[in-house]
Amino acid sequence: MDDRTPPLLVHNGEGFLLERFPLGTRVVYPPEALPPVRDVEEAIQNALLNPLESEPLPELLRPGMRLTIAFDDISLPLPPMKKPDIRQRIIEAVLTMAADAGVDDVELISANALHRRLTPNELREIVGERVFRSFFPDGKLYNFDAEDTENLTHLGQTKHGEDVEISKRAAESDLLVYVNVNLVAMDGGHKSTSIGLASYKSLKHHHNSHTMIHSRSFMDHKASKMHHSAWRMGAVLTEHVKVFQIETTLNNDIFGGPLEFLQKREWEWSIKDQAAMLAAKRGLDLAPAKMRHRIFTDVRSNYGLTGIHAGKIEPVHEKTIENVHRQHLVEVQGQSDVAIMGVPFVGPYNVNSVMNPILAACMGLGYYFNSYRGNPVVRKDGAVILYHPVDYEFSQLHHPSYVDFFEEVLSESTDPATIEAKFEKQYAEDPWYIHLYRTSYAYHGVHPFYMWYWISHALDHCGDIVWVGANRKAVERMGFRSASTLQDALEMVSHSVGRSPSITYLHNPPHLLADVR
Amino acid sequence: MLALEMYRSPAKYLAAKAVGGRIPGILTGPAAPLRLVTINEPKADRDGWARIRPILSGICGSDLGMVTGSTKLYFSAMVSMPFVPGHEVVGELLDDCEDLPKGTRVVMDSVLTCAARGVEPCVGCSSGNTNRCDRITVGHVAPGLQTGFCHDTGGGWGNVMVAHRSQLYAVPDGLSDERAVLTEPLACAVHTALKAKVEPGQSVLVSGAGAVGLFATLALRELTQAGRITVVAKHARQRELARAFGASDVVAPDEVFRGVRRATGAFRLTPEMGREFLLGGVDVAVDAVGSKDSIDTVLRVTKAGGRVVLSGMPSTGADLSPVWFRELELTGTYASALAEPNDKPAFETALEIAAKAPLDGIVGARYPLYRWREALDHAQSAGRLGTVKVAFDVRAS
Repeated sequence: MDDRTPPLLVHNGEGFLLERFPLGTRVVYPPEALPPVRDVEEAIQNALLNPLESEPLPELLRPGMRLTIAFDDISLPLPPMKKPDIRQRIIEAVLTMAADAGVDDVELISANALHRRLTPNELREIVGERVFRSFFPDGKLYNFDAEDTENLTHLGQTKHGEDVEISKRAAESDLLVYVNVNLVAMDGGHKSTSIGLASYKSLKHHHNSHTMIHSRSFMDHKASKMHHSAWRMGAVLTEHVKVFQIETTLNNDIFGGPLEFLQKREWEWSIKDQAAMLAAKRGLDLAPAKMRHRIFTDVRSNYGLTGIHAGKIEPVHEKTIENVHRQHLVEVQGQSDVAIMGVPFVGPYNVNSVMNPILAACMGLGYYFNSYRGNPVVRKDGAVILYHPVDYEFSQLHHPSYVDFFEEVLSESTDPATIEAKFEKQYAEDPWYIHLYRTSYAYHGVHPFYMWYWISHALDHCGDIVWVGANRKAVERMGFRSASTLQDALEMVSHSVGRSPSITYLHNPPHLLADVR
Repeated sequence: MLALEMYRSPAKYLAAKAVGGRIPGILTGPAAPLRLVTINEPKADRDGWARIRPILSGICGSDLGMVTGSTKLYFSAMVSMPFVPGHEVVGELLDDCEDLPKGTRVVMDSVLTCAARGVEPCVGCSSGNTNRCDRITVGHVAPGLQTGFCHDTGGGWGNVMVAHRSQLYAVPDGLSDERAVLTEPLACAVHTALKAKVEPGQSVLVSGAGAVGLFATLALRELTQAGRITVVAKHARQRELARAFGASDVVAPDEVFRGVRRATGAFRLTPEMGREFLLGGVDVAVDAVGSKDSIDTVLRVTKAGGRVVLSGMPSTGADLSPVWFRELELTGTYASALAEPNDKPAFETALEIAAKAPLDGIVGARYPLYRWREALDHAQSAGRLGTVKVAFDVRAS
């Protein structure tokens, strides 16, 4: 920031604002969108016919075999993709090859682990009309159910004693094809199968406060303890199941049409962009909450495919990570005293829903804080300033256990290890949450705990966490502080970072991965 | 002697009933059927009777109910007007009373049983269930379900009252007046806790954290092996005390369904119209409020086959559907008995609890009789003001 820098756009839930940052603030923008693959169909065919360290897919298919296709659920990509979804295209290609090979025992599973079930419409959006009509009515396209004990298989334990328990259908298939969308470096690899298709018995080994606090960062699978565990489980899993992994990477082309200005740097805004921004901002400010929510829920992104690789999990994932880094990595020289982040309207767990306070915290302090390689953007004991209204707003349909977690657990303690020890088991085994997870569209009872564990690294690392413009009571319940303005927030953190702190503003979304040197 | 006297005034009763809920101040003002008067001392001229000079006399929810007109007319046949209220009493004997010499500090089981009335013991009294006495309107004492509602005996809100030996318990020397005055409500809580028949490990909900609810919590913790005790408390001080008295969880009134559902792993359902309810829930619920809302709530959060104990004086209009559909056992607890399931009078157990429980500061305010309007105002708002028990300091009057 210097004298000539215009106010910068900051995402703030279902809206955004223009903020004038202190002079000298370092702004980290996401990289420009990479040029997409020109012929997606050709790229898919190429990946399936020329896989890495594997026979071509048609050679793995034979009549009479059991084929299971698992795919990433609605939590990816963010925001959702314009039709046709890349998963639809890949699944159609795989199914065509399977049909050519005479395979008729095929099932498709949404790998939602403890996430909520997808509605039929949401499944249709991912797999497309043709696949949906062919498989859903017969019960051959469905959500994974981590509580359906009869349909889980325990494959064994890792050398660290971690249980590997996954979908029985996947475990007993002759071939498991996994169709992935890799939006950020955290996704894919062994995380796809050994987490996406796993039960609580498996997940608890790495989705816990100890592992997560030592996962530095989630975006670097070689430094993330959670990923280490998933990789160990993956080794056990692939001993029993033949997996054909298909991973795709997307570019940063998130906002189009009237929201295209969100992709550009502010000083590059044309008159048209400025007008669009003013119209959007004024319109959103005036719109009733329901309409604003609808506008953002309906956002669909263009996304261009930057790569598709198939074959054995590890080499495929190496290629994927290369592509993700090519798109997201931004070199950042040194840590700063203060990191500022705007939390947008959508995160992985509130697609077609509302971002409740815990999810807002997870988005800011779990995802954005962990979007680094090497070191966090903010120094140890530095301050993080976040923007989000943090309204006291919960979806009883999607997040019933979140309300109780917020009211009961956080009123007792905000320390991840303490709440894990005292409350996690109760929530994980609560019959009502299990019932809602299995029969309604609710996240599993234990899910809010995982969200809270995600922020444990940030809680441990940061000296101060302040939310600007947030609901004071909701923020206080989570153990944070709120400020009315950025100036107030900086004043509040001045006791720990001084009155002239170095400040970095992470200008996302679109996504970025700070390579802090 | 100086005393507060409750007198018959249908006009004031109706006025209190009509506007009391909306303008509480009026109940302790012009509409109160209560007056400070100088009257003759009650007589203790029969065997076993003695005079008592009250030291402290508590203000009970039932006393307030009477002043505010919320007490049901059901009770009108069991009182004799005018009478001096006050049945939570610690006082000093002014006469020798059988084995208790003059000057002994005593507390009083207020139920006027067959023994006190000089009639043949009824079924209740002969079995030790003295709180179920059927003779409370006959014998040589005027009708009155308890001392404090009877014309002949006087009550704790006056300088002198009379009591029968069967009602009296000597207060141990080490027990302060502030603790001793709590013996009567503690004895009721003991009775409630024992009548609730809580089995080891069972979950309990106590709705209400006034004196009745807090003491019930304390007694449940002391006398049963209850598992999780969830207390519904509205105010900060009540929440704090509920925990000190043994609550595992404390929930706000609007959080009961969520709190109980969480604590018990029940299923929560919402009908098309009307309030939500649980399938599953607590094993035993104690209603210590008596309001329609509170009774409705405890009925809706008790598991099938569970037990609901009405400890507060109940209101009308609660939906009894859960009692039928969930096959609930609905029972009430009134006062306390001589023969309790733990084989000793509730008062003896209450005196033991009063000696060791964290009860300091529970009597949060003491007023002389002539400041009765302030005292009743305070008692009406006790929860909000962080007070559990307001008492008259009769000797200061």
